Amino acid sequence: MDLNALFECLGSMSCIVTQTSTGLIVGALLFLVAAGLTLIFGVLGVINFAHGSFYMLGAYVALSAYRITDNYALAAVAAGLGVGLFALVFERFFMRRVYKSDVLLQLLVCYAFILILDDVVKIVWGAEFQSMGMPKAFQQAPLFIGGGVVPVFYVYLMAAAGLIAGLLWFILTRTRAGKIIRAAAQNPGMTSALGLNTRLIYASVFAFGGLLAGLAGGLAAPVRSMSPGMGFSILIESFIVTVIGGMGSVSGALLGALLIGLIRSFGSIGFPLFVEGIMFLAMGLILVYKPSGLMGKGQS
Amino acid sequence: MQDNTQAQRRQLLKLGASAVTTVALSAPFISRAQNKTIRIGMPTILSGRVAMLGLSSSNAATLEVEKFNAAGGLNGRKIELVIRDSKGQPQEAARVARELVTSEDCEIILDAEASSGGFAVHEVARDLGVLVMHTCSETSSLSADPKIRTPLGFRCARQGVHDAIVGGAYAAQVAKEKNLKRWMTVSPDYAYGRDTTAEFMEYLKLFNPSIEIVGDVWPKLFQADYTEAITRLLQGKPQAIYSALWGGDLTSFIDQAGIYGLFNEREFFAVNMADYAVLTAVKNVPRGLHSGNRYLKSFPNTPANTNWSNAYQARFKDLPLNWAWQNAAAVQFLTSAMKKTNSADGKKMAAALRGMSIDSPFGSNGKLTMRAEDNTLVDYAVGWGSLEPKEPFMSKPSPGNWKQITELEVQWKKRKSYT
Repeated sequence: MDLNALFECLGSMSCIVTQTSTGLIVGALLFLVAAGLTLIFGVLGVINFAHGSFYMLGAYVALSAYRITDNYALAAVAAGLGVGLFALVFERFFMRRVYKSDVLLQLLVCYAFILILDDVVKIVWGAEFQSMGMPKAFQQAPLFIGGGVVPVFYVYLMAAAGLIAGLLWFILTRTRAGKIIRAAAQNPGMTSALGLNTRLIYASVFAFGGLLAGLAGGLAAPVRSMSPGMGFSILIESFIVTVIGGMGSVSGALLGALLIGLIRSFGSIGFPLFVEGIMFLAMGLILVYKPSGLMGKGQS
Repeated sequence: MQDNTQAQRRQLLKLGASAVTTVALSAPFISRAQNKTIRIGMPTILSGRVAMLGLSSSNAATLEVEKFNAAGGLNGRKIELVIRDSKGQPQEAARVARELVTSEDCEIILDAEASSGGFAVHEVARDLGVLVMHTCSETSSLSADPKIRTPLGFRCARQGVHDAIVGGAYAAQVAKEKNLKRWMTVSPDYAYGRDTTAEFMEYLKLFNPSIEIVGDVWPKLFQADYTEAITRLLQGKPQAIYSALWGGDLTSFIDQAGIYGLFNEREFFAVNMADYAVLTAVKNVPRGLHSGNRYLKSFPNTPANTNWSNAYQARFKDLPLNWAWQNAAAVQFLTSAMKKTNSADGKKMAAALRGMSIDSPFGSNGKLTMRAEDNTLVDYAVGWGSLEPKEPFMSKPSPGNWKQITELEVQWKKRKSYT
């Protein structure tokens, strides 16, 4: 514990800028993964334990697309679309069969796919770790704001995450598709009785969740080394974010992700050996005092 | 009548199946007895994030075994490598090692596990009384601590304390030349990271007492995001940074730290940087990076080393890594001991291995020695130098002085009460 360093940091503008931007960066990437996870849970009621593997697949698809096109934006889009398509197939042939099954069976199906996807990645891209490298457009000196350091690439990532969060909010609250999704989440039986194709809704939501995870993997690819199994750590953090924000709440995922990001950035100054502990402590406290999460709806 | 015929047919099929099964099951044993194959069990990591450790280890061992077999083996007896995946889990490594000896008739264990699994395999080998050659564990205590060391246990791998002495001497010299006083460290938070960092800083301060350590950062092993570690380093305003990060973690760290400008006006000393896996993965190797050699075909800069690297690359369409040379050398030691004793008996081979010197592309002077005193490898090519983004990556390495390494290692062992 280094409280002196923490207070020193809080008294310095450069430190506050650097650490706050760090928290937002960490949170932005976490949000992209957690948003898909929480969306799938909110509508389908299943926990997609293979979500971290979708993120991994996105990073690898982006790597291949980048090597072919030398265009980072195209690579990220290819990652999102490619994984979205894969998620659609995964839902259609596997997850759909276990929606009404015990959670253990769902876990088993997802875990099987975690192992399968790890091996597929090993066969296609190799077991060695790989790196995309920073695209030329972002190979530039970091910005200095108030004496704090903010990398240009991370400004772009935060903007992309903000745009996606805004789009998600707009789709879910201001469009007919969003209304249908929310209706299917609240009362699938009634939605079906009204003549809406719930299977199609479920498949679309699952694919969209996969797309978000793939996009996150693709966007983060320049600053991540890729290796089979890389999705596991992000899955754990995404679960923490989802629990803190409220299972099924996209706005909760955003809040939870930013909170975790800030805990990590300022925690690393004041409690360098207990950052993970603080994250889990925050999750534990929220589970005790607000089990439905910060933005989750309590059981009626 | 029809029922009776069907019953007879079923019985006949059963008998036939039994006979086929019996022949199929016994055939390997008969064949093995005839060929007198020497089976060497190799537990290693072939899946997960450090699968490259197992792949490069098994490739290199296979290459050397193929050479030995092609040259006639041990009086016609060929070696068969039995390679098994431990998935990087110590308990699995122990289980696999035991199974290799008890169920797969392996006479020798070539342990290509990282330190966590290596210690587990070491205890299994001690329990079963088989010869074990560790090829990937760099944790010094494995062979230095007499309580852990066994008569049939050998290490054919670089050692943390050796790297720390050579690295400390090199970094202290650079620090004097560039007046680097403020140092920070960023290393993975587990035994290897902690031990290696402590040893490096100890020798750095020994060679240059004016150095001040102003902070340390301990990211988790396999952490994906180093942003908070990087900003903490920036807040500490060090002039130089030491790191024991390795593999994909080091690649991620360098990519992420680069966009923060961490390497601008700072020197970065990473013991595990000069290995092809990292050097080829990092797309933009920044200036001001220094590393210990892991494996480079230009160090030692000899035709033997270059030829070995080229042969490996031609055979596996991949570049050899640090673990590769260690496993190749281990097989060279084992086959030399077999030839010397004209036997594959573990106890006889162990006696021959103690103090054995062999010609090797990986030796500092063309030779490697298995030190008798603690069953560990010495005289291997170890050095540090500044890195460049392209081949040969380290054009002016500073080779370690084995006389100095040995003297300081003796003192280190005394401090640790190992002698």
